Amino acid sequence: MKEKKENWDLVIQPKQSVFSVDLQSIWRYRDLLMLFVRRDFVSVYKQTVLGPIWFFIQPILTTITYLIVFYFIAEIKTDGLPPILFYMSGIVLWNYFSECLTKTSDTFTANATIFGKVYFPRLIVPISVVMSNLIRLGIQLILLVLFWIYFYVDGAQIHIQITIALLPLLLLLMAGHGLAFGIIISSLTTKYRDLKFLVQFGVQLLMYASPIVYPLSKVPEKYHWILLLNPMTSIIETFKYSFLGVGVFNPIHLCLNFAFLLFTLSIGLLLFNRVEKSFMDTV
Amino acid sequence: MSDIVIKVENLGKQYHLGQVGTGTLSHDLNRFWHRVRGKEDPYLKVGELNDRTVKGEGDIVWALNEINFEVKHGDVLGIIGKNGAGKSTLLKILSQITAPTKGSIKVKGRIAALLEVGTGFHPELTGRENIFLNGAILGMTKSEIKNKFDEIVDFSGVERYIDTPVKRYSSGMMVRLGFAVAAHLEPEILIVDEVLAVGDVTFQNKCLGKMGEVSKQGRTILFVSHQMASLNQLCTRGLLLENGVSTYDGTISEAVKRYLSNSIRSSGPVFDLSSVEERKGTALARFSKLEIFNKGELSNVFVIGDDMELRLTIVAPVPIKENVNIAIHISRYDETILSNIENIDSNYFINGLGYETVIRIKFKHLNFYPETYKLGFWLANSSRLAMDHIINCAEFRIIEGSSLVRRELYKSKGTIYLTPDWEAV
Repeated sequence: MKEKKENWDLVIQPKQSVFSVDLQSIWRYRDLLMLFVRRDFVSVYKQTVLGPIWFFIQPILTTITYLIVFYFIAEIKTDGLPPILFYMSGIVLWNYFSECLTKTSDTFTANATIFGKVYFPRLIVPISVVMSNLIRLGIQLILLVLFWIYFYVDGAQIHIQITIALLPLLLLLMAGHGLAFGIIISSLTTKYRDLKFLVQFGVQLLMYASPIVYPLSKVPEKYHWILLLNPMTSIIETFKYSFLGVGVFNPIHLCLNFAFLLFTLSIGLLLFNRVEKSFMDTV
Repeated sequence: MSDIVIKVENLGKQYHLGQVGTGTLSHDLNRFWHRVRGKEDPYLKVGELNDRTVKGEGDIVWALNEINFEVKHGDVLGIIGKNGAGKSTLLKILSQITAPTKGSIKVKGRIAALLEVGTGFHPELTGRENIFLNGAILGMTKSEIKNKFDEIVDFSGVERYIDTPVKRYSSGMMVRLGFAVAAHLEPEILIVDEVLAVGDVTFQNKCLGKMGEVSKQGRTILFVSHQMASLNQLCTRGLLLENGVSTYDGTISEAVKRYLSNSIRSSGPVFDLSSVEERKGTALARFSKLEIFNKGELSNVFVIGDDMELRLTIVAPVPIKENVNIAIHISRYDETILSNIENIDSNYFINGLGYETVIRIKFKHLNFYPETYKLGFWLANSSRLAMDHIINCAEFRIIEGSSLVRRELYKSKGTIYLTPDWEAV
């Protein structure tokens, strides 16, 4: 059979090259990405009385709870910072990470009905989750700034540091970690559902391994490395240092953090690409 | 310069039977170990044809195997097959929902698959918002949707509700909106699963019309359906699948004919109705046998003017004391129903059934055009709840050569041969 050199637009084969992120097709579906972001954002608070105000209520109530439990009852000091600001900055960042992680971790199982009927780059879904949560984070950061202004006027010892310029990088790192862990877990849960249970309380436990209810400086120096294994630790500490003036800022930690992100993200994309092709048969 | 837009080569898809989960880890590890040593996947060797009625040995089957075909630009290809023949699997692979196990498909142009209408509709969003969302899921860009928005709303006929959340829609409205979006896709290749089975008749005709229009614009369509009439009407080519392999690739009418002749196992004149698998009803009593007689002899071949006698045997595990109803469906070869006959129409009542009951039904003076016709039967209790219902389970043939007919009858020109009284006044 003579094989002419023909140019096909699409070739469907059993296994395509294992490591190929089809950025081009994601770009082609960018309108869908934006619509998904909009859908996630708009639909959450439809038919609620308070609507988007819930974005504020959630962190405020959590902060009050922490204030009572950890500050007044357990009496854990907050590095001399106003406890409300201390807790809230941790909570807002942590919420973003944990939402990204838990929402992306069931990408395949939650969207099985859509994925079973129509093709589009599957990566659109986890990316849209990360992006729509970014809007929520933005709104909550505004709340945080309002509190900051209140305490600053009140005379609290808080100072913004020049490292606040790193904020976009911190956001990128958080989004990346949430996405990376999320897609790793979602890829594995299509076949082994056990991981779903792990995620639910794993995220909760991981929170206590992050400097949210206690400052890193409270932890004995020799145990720091354990906490620093948690990628959120250096992010939260950097943020607190930049925003409130007290915290641990170490550029080396951030570099390691970035390297770790590249590593997990590669593994995540690798798994995701593999599963994307065949998950309908195993889900 | 070739105008082949889809080329399917040696395509195969393998499925595991039974529970996925237990033992998959060990299978995965075993697979991995084989691959590391550069050996073939140990589980790929097993596998057999996908005949789900026969219990096979392995727990792996080929839902599709050795499929080869080409589709030219502008073709309307109908894919025909019984449930489980592999039609849906083929569509899923073509639309990239799942990857094949072996072989390849090469495609030229943009594909849009329509396996379901209204995919991704979000109940909380309004019709307007869902048009954009659904369109984007199907691969349209925002500006494309914007340009066609009015047309879509107009086609769907739900203009009044366009700013209402779709959770308030009736299921029919949802389907219309979904199809309206899909119908305005403009891909070079359109893949359509049996979406036309939904909606009322007017809407179905509208959909068929739209598809005909699309194919006239020179676009390629792959169409899966069980409705032989619409397949015949729309398609130019047919591909027949049986148990995961393609058994015929050619003209649509030939493919339809082969498919339909396959669906009745015996050609009569005695039909074993107890072995028919696709049946509905409570099974308190069942049809077990049908014998067809022509002039007192077993035969299911007639000419116009003959009398046809059916002998229907019904068995009941427990005798039934109440009145029962029986209906006979007569259909054309493409399964459009011609007539539905009930015993009460002839003022005949059946007062109960014994362990085995034989009922004789006589049709006097058959007047159908020469063609093959299909029979189906329905048995119900006094409150018309079906005890047994089997469709297209037997057939009879009318052949040419009746002494009453003085001209040639073409089956495309009619179905019923009527001889009214003529008179000049």
